[in-house]
Amino acid sequence: MAENPSGDLRLVQLSKQFADFTACHPLDLTIPQGSFFALLGPSGCGKTTTLRMIAGLEEPTGGSIFIGDTDITHTKAYRRNVNTVFQSYALFPHMTIIENVAFGLKRRGDKEAMKKAQEALDLVELGHRAKQKPNQLSGGMQQRVALARALVNRPDVLLLDEPLGALDLKLRRQMQIELKRIQLDVGITFVHVTHDQEEAMTMADEVAVMNAGRLEQVGTPTELYDHPASTFVANFLGQSNLLTSRIVGDAGEGLLDVDCHGYPIRIAAAHVPAGVRDVFVGVRPEKLRIGHTGANQLTGTITDDSFTGVSTHYLVQLPWGFEVTVVQPNDGSPRAKVGEKVDISWDPGSEFVLDARQDEDAGLLDEEIRHG
Amino acid sequence: MAWIRKHLLLFAALVVLGYLLIPNLIVAIFSFNKPRGRYNYEWNEFSIDAWLNPCGNPGICEALGLSLRIGFTASLVATILGTLVAFALGRHRFRGRSATNLLIFMPMATPEVVMGSSLLTLFVMAGIPSGAMNITIAHIMFCLSFVVVAVKARVSSLDPRLEEAAADLGATPLQTFLRVTLPLAAPGIAAGALLAFSLSFDDYIITNFNASPSSITFPMYVWGAAQRGTPVEIFVVGTVMFLLALFIVIIGQILSARRERQA
Repeated sequence: MAENPSGDLRLVQLSKQFADFTACHPLDLTIPQGSFFALLGPSGCGKTTTLRMIAGLEEPTGGSIFIGDTDITHTKAYRRNVNTVFQSYALFPHMTIIENVAFGLKRRGDKEAMKKAQEALDLVELGHRAKQKPNQLSGGMQQRVALARALVNRPDVLLLDEPLGALDLKLRRQMQIELKRIQLDVGITFVHVTHDQEEAMTMADEVAVMNAGRLEQVGTPTELYDHPASTFVANFLGQSNLLTSRIVGDAGEGLLDVDCHGYPIRIAAAHVPAGVRDVFVGVRPEKLRIGHTGANQLTGTITDDSFTGVSTHYLVQLPWGFEVTVVQPNDGSPRAKVGEKVDISWDPGSEFVLDARQDEDAGLLDEEIRHG
Repeated sequence: MAWIRKHLLLFAALVVLGYLLIPNLIVAIFSFNKPRGRYNYEWNEFSIDAWLNPCGNPGICEALGLSLRIGFTASLVATILGTLVAFALGRHRFRGRSATNLLIFMPMATPEVVMGSSLLTLFVMAGIPSGAMNITIAHIMFCLSFVVVAVKARVSSLDPRLEEAAADLGATPLQTFLRVTLPLAAPGIAAGALLAFSLSFDDYIITNFNASPSSITFPMYVWGAAQRGTPVEIFVVGTVMFLLALFIVIIGQILSARRERQA
């Protein structure tokens, strides 16, 4: 539906150095036209700086930004066909809602600014609030006005800087669906900055995970979740059990024999990093089962259980003291008790394998580390 | 007892308001007096002579005109310069920023007598003859700090992201300033300008040091007249000034109340 297919957004060796720290190390990223792309990372990872460089609000130290074949690295913010939805919405408090939305169109001398602004407001279902001032609207409504104000200009790229951060959980879920729907409708490239991994995964076609000014991994949500490339990604996106292990031999049929603290297990050879023997075997909590259903089996003692309705979360301590999290669906199967000795199992291939020469706690919040 | 306790606050408020307003009220009442002698300090009989001919006393309207001219010029220049200073101090980091911040308060902290006499010394040394221009220059100087303080408070409370949003939406720096920054800073600028005008209009000490016989401002006229008598016309001008100020305040209140109701 975008009238002028503008091309992909490309960042080439883009970097930003502030006086006392490096916000972004040189990074390369191609964001396909018309996609919903998320930049995900903890606060201070450089994702907002990257976004501000795309918007033209921050001058890059090095590298270039392209939209299609056009180099916009040094184009002034007000000459870029890129619009931003700010975290704090940044609506003009002295203007009415419709004046806010028409602001961009009027700057370009659009004769039908008011009409288009009204249509944009109708799209976000706020047409009847056009004559009011921003502070008369709730946070969620202001959010939608900010979205309409940016979208009405039909930008090549729409940037969203933690746009849902200030909303409560329920409204956030609702807006996530809404945003996704609007993006599909208008077909504009959305670049969404967030620290909420669930938000990134539910909305984005592709996610780039950033940490400490560098790109950790880029991929679809499924790729990132099933095959994280680093402990940071494994821990930051969902929960992971990382078992320190050593590859001891080939078991045939695409499997490898692995020694996990003296216990023999098998893993799929396909995703093992080349030339590595000491590894973390990572298994997501929901892929572990209590019982003997999988080919890999370990024995442990349940130290904690918490019932969440849909599922039960167990902490199982393995013989060498390491605790793994196991999530069991509450599907009627018998529930285990704290103190009970249980077997946990999984099938080879449902794990991911990481080089053990990295910090296994990377990407965990401080609190999570403290609670094991 | 209960009644007193319930209405004590109202009573106290009325007393304070009365304390503040009685001088103005007396001035207004005595502007309708027809004094027996040259001093308008005792009620004699009702008359509207002074209201019909407020310029009746020689020199009074010239003095008023000069004060208004100086007040307008000084507050206009001080508002423009002060707004620029306030934006620089509130928005940008530069060498000497904290020193400027401190120095801008100096005219507010210096006793007027000291400032008036040192300004006179300066003008004499520079060979500039006393007169309306010196007075205006002096007024601009001390009004400047008040404008800076008023505007800076407003500017530093502005969200810089609003300007980024304007740029993001395609507004050039000039358009951003005219359509976003200036309207948002306007209440502070207006407050600064009004404050500057009333300070300039009101000033006696600094003005007196730097005035010449051909540049008698209204406060100087009143003071000089008081030595020989108090013409009723002074009371008329005083009342008009008070009503004018009251009118401006009421208009301001109505405007902000309407804005609030919309908002």
